Amino acid sequence: MHISRHFVDRVVKHIMLALATLSLLILVLIALYIFREAWPAFKELGLSVFDDKWYPSREAYGIMTMIVGTIVSTTLALFFAVPLSIGCALFLAEVAPPQVAQVARPAVELLVGIPSVVYGMVGVVFLSPIIADISGQGSGSSVLAAGIVLAIMILPTVTSISEDGLRAVPRAYKDASLALGATRWQTIWHVLLPAARSSIVAAVILGLGRAIGETMAMMMVIGNSPQFPHSIFDSARTLTGNIAAEIAHATGLHADVLWACGALLFIMVLGLNTLGILAYRGKIGLPWSRGKSAKGRVS
Amino acid sequence: MMGICGVSLPLFIVIYVIAQGLPAINWDFFTSEPAGGLSGDGGISSVIITTLWLVGATLVVTVPLGIGAAIYLAEYARDTWRTEIVRRGVELLAGIPSIVFGLFGLAIFVQVFDLGLSIISGSLTLACLLLPFMIRSTEEAMRSVPRSHREASLALGATRWQMVRSVVLPSALPGIITGIILCAGGAVAESACLYVVMGGSAEMPGTPLDGGRSLAVHIFYLINETNALDKAMATGAVLMVFVLVLNIATRFLSWQYRARVGGKK
Repeated sequence: MHISRHFVDRVVKHIMLALATLSLLILVLIALYIFREAWPAFKELGLSVFDDKWYPSREAYGIMTMIVGTIVSTTLALFFAVPLSIGCALFLAEVAPPQVAQVARPAVELLVGIPSVVYGMVGVVFLSPIIADISGQGSGSSVLAAGIVLAIMILPTVTSISEDGLRAVPRAYKDASLALGATRWQTIWHVLLPAARSSIVAAVILGLGRAIGETMAMMMVIGNSPQFPHSIFDSARTLTGNIAAEIAHATGLHADVLWACGALLFIMVLGLNTLGILAYRGKIGLPWSRGKSAKGRVS
Repeated sequence: MMGICGVSLPLFIVIYVIAQGLPAINWDFFTSEPAGGLSGDGGISSVIITTLWLVGATLVVTVPLGIGAAIYLAEYARDTWRTEIVRRGVELLAGIPSIVFGLFGLAIFVQVFDLGLSIISGSLTLACLLLPFMIRSTEEAMRSVPRSHREASLALGATRWQMVRSVVLPSALPGIITGIILCAGGAVAESACLYVVMGGSAEMPGTPLDGGRSLAVHIFYLINETNALDKAMATGAVLMVFVLVLNIATRFLSWQYRARVGGKK
């Protein structure tokens, strides 16, 4: 039997459409499912989900300590990662000779490929003992260790997007500044960084989105005890770590609350990524990044 | 100064892990099963087998699905708001934390589909997680095929599918293979969602319906539940070698690919 090639074409088109729809469907399904499973927790507990007492065995399900754990560790991570990544980006885009940059860029990108458990392991074996020595308490499992490990993990994300932004700054800006007698450092500080500001802000937001979702490395280095960290040397627990540590043996309301943690993560990460992607494309002017990005101006 | 420091970090981590891991690596380490539980004794034979099962099964699901979706997005879909939504959706899906996929996999694959805490559940969860990356890299590879090639093919009377199959896909192949390798690398490196949906048994898996632990998850168990730091480092070194080989393979491919595309101009 002869099948018309135009018929084949139409069939294939519909198969491909079905596959594309299925991919989108997974996203929708995940979103729906998470909120459906998390809903009982909010209905049952109301705002007391956000209490600070987490004793599942005594039916106290307050996730505030984990929210604080996540916020403190990611804030610390930004504190280390932002200067380091911008330094890296400047080095790759401005300072390094092209041959050096060509070798260094894949090296930084390699950081993305290193499994998160390896970061956690190096954190436990190498970093924690140093921190324990400095603080003189415990094993060194602390929000400080978590912050440093996270900072290294988000370094490539923040670096590569910032570097894109720096490269998109029109050459004329730099030349004009140098022609006025500014030194290279003055040019970087007063011309390049402000011009690339919105890309850098986008880079930091996207890095933050990545940091919030990190799970295994956090469970390994942060100590994982559900308590408020009173200093950077204290142990804590993140939202992600809370889910991973307890979902296997959680039932009923306990499981619902863990789903609520998942829903919260989902909202935070989706929100940050949307914001970051929009800022990167220069579609929204963030209040601190004055109007359109350098990228927008070029095109 | 900071730049140099940041650039040398990956080098430090790779060398540190491999140097610390080497002393515990010997033939026994590869051929014996881990003792499991709170003991850090034994090797990683069952863990390696589980990892291979996992990567294979994940690719079987992700690759056709991802390439199909990408073909639709790059070749068939007109640029309407609907395509835009699919593309944005895929982009956002890529950022969702692994542990959230783990929850989802636990509810859908383990409970609703009743696949249990198994390698298959792990693979399906990983497939969902890696799908956006597969779609994106395939679509990018296809878009980099020059428009003139497509037009020449269509002008000769080929249907769209004939054009895709015999012109676009062969040219985009190196880019697509790069995407596949990246997915394999992702499957090897991923741990959080697998920790939740695979049960973490240390025994040799008989079928993909058995539970197990991948190399990455094994490291987590060793660090958090045993004192066998040397074994963890050794497993880490093996894992790093896997990752490095995959990384170098992608670099080599994209380098070759760029040389070829560049040559055509």
